[in-house]
Amino acid sequence: MITDVERSTDDDVVAIPLRHPWRWVAAAAVIVVLGLLFSSLWNNENIQKQYIWQFIFDPRILKGVWITLIVTIISMVVATILAILLAIMRMSANPVLRAVSFLYIWFFRGTPLLVQIVFWGYLGLLYKQIELGVPFTDFSIFAADTNTLIPAFVGGVIALSLNEAAYAAEIVRAGLLSIDHGQREAAYSLGMGPGYTLRRIILPQSMKVIIPPMGNETISMLKNTSLLAIVAVPELYTASSQISSGNLRQVELLIVASLWYLFITSVLSVPQYYLERHYARGNSRALPPTPLQQAKRELARIRGRADNRRIAAKAREEMNS
Amino acid sequence: MSQQELMVDARGVRKWFGTNEVLKSISMTIPRGEVLSLLGPSGSGKSTFLRCINHLETIDGGRIYVDNELIGYKERGDKIHEMKPREIAKQRRKIGMVFQRFNLFPHMTALGNIIDAPIGVNGESKADATASGLELLERVGLSDKAHAYPAQLSGGQQQRVAIARALAMKPKLMLFDEPTSALDPELVGDVLDVMRDLAKSGMTMIVVTHEIGFSREVADRMVFMDAGVVVETGAPRDVLDNPQHPRTQAFLESVL
Repeated sequence: MITDVERSTDDDVVAIPLRHPWRWVAAAAVIVVLGLLFSSLWNNENIQKQYIWQFIFDPRILKGVWITLIVTIISMVVATILAILLAIMRMSANPVLRAVSFLYIWFFRGTPLLVQIVFWGYLGLLYKQIELGVPFTDFSIFAADTNTLIPAFVGGVIALSLNEAAYAAEIVRAGLLSIDHGQREAAYSLGMGPGYTLRRIILPQSMKVIIPPMGNETISMLKNTSLLAIVAVPELYTASSQISSGNLRQVELLIVASLWYLFITSVLSVPQYYLERHYARGNSRALPPTPLQQAKRELARIRGRADNRRIAAKAREEMNS
Repeated sequence: MSQQELMVDARGVRKWFGTNEVLKSISMTIPRGEVLSLLGPSGSGKSTFLRCINHLETIDGGRIYVDNELIGYKERGDKIHEMKPREIAKQRRKIGMVFQRFNLFPHMTALGNIIDAPIGVNGESKADATASGLELLERVGLSDKAHAYPAQLSGGQQQRVAIARALAMKPKLMLFDEPTSALDPELVGDVLDVMRDLAKSGMTMIVVTHEIGFSREVADRMVFMDAGVVVETGAPRDVLDNPQHPRTQAFLESVL
């Protein structure tokens, strides 16, 4: 029989850890496969690496990067504003507004983005002229040829914005629905009107639900700008394919474009991180430090340790002398 | 009692949820400065009635006047018209409400919660609103929590901020919807203390609560509701110690 004394519980556990040999095998296998794949690409005679370095900062490519960024930003901003409008319409008491919002989302989600882009390119076939005036009279404030008014760039931005708005509207609506009904009641009981309540109470709180998927949408928008190649907007992909059609280094220039897309998506995740932090205030008891704050703290710690060492060394010296 | 002395005058208020009649012609008058305690089992309609007073719920019959103004509707001749949201919002400004679940705005600090409506709705300057906001925080014993977010406060502290937030609009009437029901027992006292002080300062209050001791001590009058009707009204002492109606007796036996 074991007595209570023998069953002492305040010993540390000094067990020999269980071995996991298969973990090592699996890791090794994956590394070997990846290594083979990488080396087959790296040593491939058909990929001339010098072309990548030659064209990565080519002015035509840089201009393409710039246009890609501009199109992404403008389209996302326009889409977000439209999306908030559509989400509010979808939740409104007015059945006509609800139906219009529903049909909009149904239509723009239901047809391919490429088709929509081409459509805006061909708008000139549908309406030769765009005119702003009083309906049913000859009075006209403004009239212009469709193809001059909507060049490829503008048509592309319109297509991307309108399409994105349909997806973003559902994200915004999910954000608005995520807010507890008590928040609205509290706002109303304080005498706030519906508009003020939406702006000050509901939307800011919805942001923490809206921002992560909108970050996703932004990245997807960035890549979708490459579809504008079909209407010859000189964005990144168009620029790279125009160069490669001249020098026939298709793969190298695709790699150049891909490196830029990867770089921009990496950079875009930074503002998303800080936006999320901004709207997370009040959510958790204390927010973790940002990478920048962490780095600063770490630096201060290292410096402090070095200082301590210096002080200790000085003290030792004094002792010796 | 003359009309002028009434803060709330509810006449034959009826309310349906679908096919369920939750308020069956409730009539009640509350003079200025009175503290009224509303008591009753859950589902008796007491919370719904409270929410009708500031038009968070629309009513299907009767009239509610607060401070001699018809709530939610305009009377023109013998017809009544629905009000615009802006007009309803204006009426609500003189009616403060405190909720069971606090409903503080989580993205604003305690002080931010208190000063947002005075600035954004009443057009007070930020300096004035902040000064009176800090004063209110002191009044509810939370001067040191001005810059804390609701998530950093205990339930009792959150409810006291919620009371301060309602008071910041300088209401003439305060509605309390089970203000201590969501609190841990040891936090109830602080909230009741704030409400007691408020009652002493002469505020007209309607309190839906299960805190019998508080009602007995603070309330001027007690109304017992059940199944959408007022069953019994009287001084708290009379209703609690000597209930006349069998339903009141049964309810009190189960809670005391």
